[in-house]
Amino acid sequence: MSQVRVLVGTKKGAFIFTSDAARREWQIEGPHFGGWVVMHMQGAATDPDRLYAAPWTDWHGQVIQRSDDGGRSWQPVGNDFRYRGEPGTHQWYDGTAHPWDFKRVWHLQPSPSDPDLVFAGVEDAALFRSADGGRTWDEVEALRQHSTGRTWQPGAGGLCLHTILIDPADEDRMYVAISAAGAFRTDDGGGSWEVATGGLRSEFLPDPEAEVGHCVHKLAMHPSRPDTVFMQKHWDVCRTDDAGARWTEVSGNLPSDFGFPIVVHPHEPETIYVVPILSDSEHYPPEGKLQVHRSRTGGGEWEALTRGLPQGDCFQNVLRDALAIDAMEPCGLYMGTTGGTLFASADEGESWTPIAEHLPRILSVEVQSIP
Amino acid sequence: MTTVRVSLPAHLQRLAGVSAEVRLRVNDTATLAEVLDALEAEYPVLKGTVREHGADGRRAYVRLFACGRDLSHESPDAPLPARVVAGEEPLRVVGAIAGG
Repeated sequence: MSQVRVLVGTKKGAFIFTSDAARREWQIEGPHFGGWVVMHMQGAATDPDRLYAAPWTDWHGQVIQRSDDGGRSWQPVGNDFRYRGEPGTHQWYDGTAHPWDFKRVWHLQPSPSDPDLVFAGVEDAALFRSADGGRTWDEVEALRQHSTGRTWQPGAGGLCLHTILIDPADEDRMYVAISAAGAFRTDDGGGSWEVATGGLRSEFLPDPEAEVGHCVHKLAMHPSRPDTVFMQKHWDVCRTDDAGARWTEVSGNLPSDFGFPIVVHPHEPETIYVVPILSDSEHYPPEGKLQVHRSRTGGGEWEALTRGLPQGDCFQNVLRDALAIDAMEPCGLYMGTTGGTLFASADEGESWTPIAEHLPRILSVEVQSIP
Repeated sequence: MTTVRVSLPAHLQRLAGVSAEVRLRVNDTATLAEVLDALEAEYPVLKGTVREHGADGRRAYVRLFACGRDLSHESPDAPLPARVVAGEEPLRVVGAIAGG
């Protein structure tokens, strides 16, 4: 019987939820790595029992944990993330030069085909690659050494590389996104990178249409359409159909086009989901009503999905990696809040149920659909 | 050779799978750096968690104490207090009081 496994990273450890295909009854395991800040957990597509997790603390830095049995047991692997060559500087918040300094891993992305090949997006923004299941890490240095790298500035959360999208049909093609530098694409496995922000407009920038400096919050892509990418930006929801050469705003009738996560329906490439948040200084839903919004037209026209979600006095946020969608039929969605509630929907977002309500602040949610 | 005691904070106990104190065999003349080298050799998972990778500098939010003294800013090559060498007092690895 098929199984669904939800991987939840929180400020004080990791939790794993499992259910059968009905997704009505859930078992919870955890906390794993209790007390550690778990920024992200992710499973390998071709070996769902291979999991990677990124626990971190201010005191003791980064650790990478790996499981080969679906999260029942874990072993620490490599945590030596050193930039290649002389790191140089990027810009600090005030525009002064600031040395590159590794702080933590934000996002782990295994290869679509090889469970031992895994990428890590880190702060200060860089991409690392491990070909041995996380034991050793090498920087994909051409990204940070991009001609614009020295001008990148952090967003409020830090200069973090938080999104890694890999084209399953051509794994040399990848997109990454960095707050607040923008989006970049490689077609040669990371050997060279192009800025992929054509047409974006960010009013807070001295030049609103600048090549870099856009605060991209999250990118999402359907695996069958690698030229089409959806973006939740600091403000604006956008799409590109030419791999980032030209973006178009598709915020449409959203109550707010500020937000963090964005995901694509696994079976309908033009169906996307976002979670509107009031503003960049008010990180809670408009009117205190937590709503997921769905567009079946690739953006532009949006419908509010509210059944089972708090429709008053809700002042929690949903962070950029805290919305996930499974590959079942019908697909399910999973949303974690900064208040520690994990909501699940087994009907494409039409209705929601809290499956855990008192977790630590939820930083990330991923889901595996296991045959 | 002598056996020194090293007291670890909770996060590192959990990571290394040990209880509060570990015991390490080192030379009678062991320095602070040599004790930390021995700690990382015995528990490789602790590499990078007390000292930074590469530079061997103490992580900013980690402090080192022994015999009522703050050793955090001592030279890594300084000799350990005699009571630590004798195993009568532990070298204490302490995380700063911070977080939430």
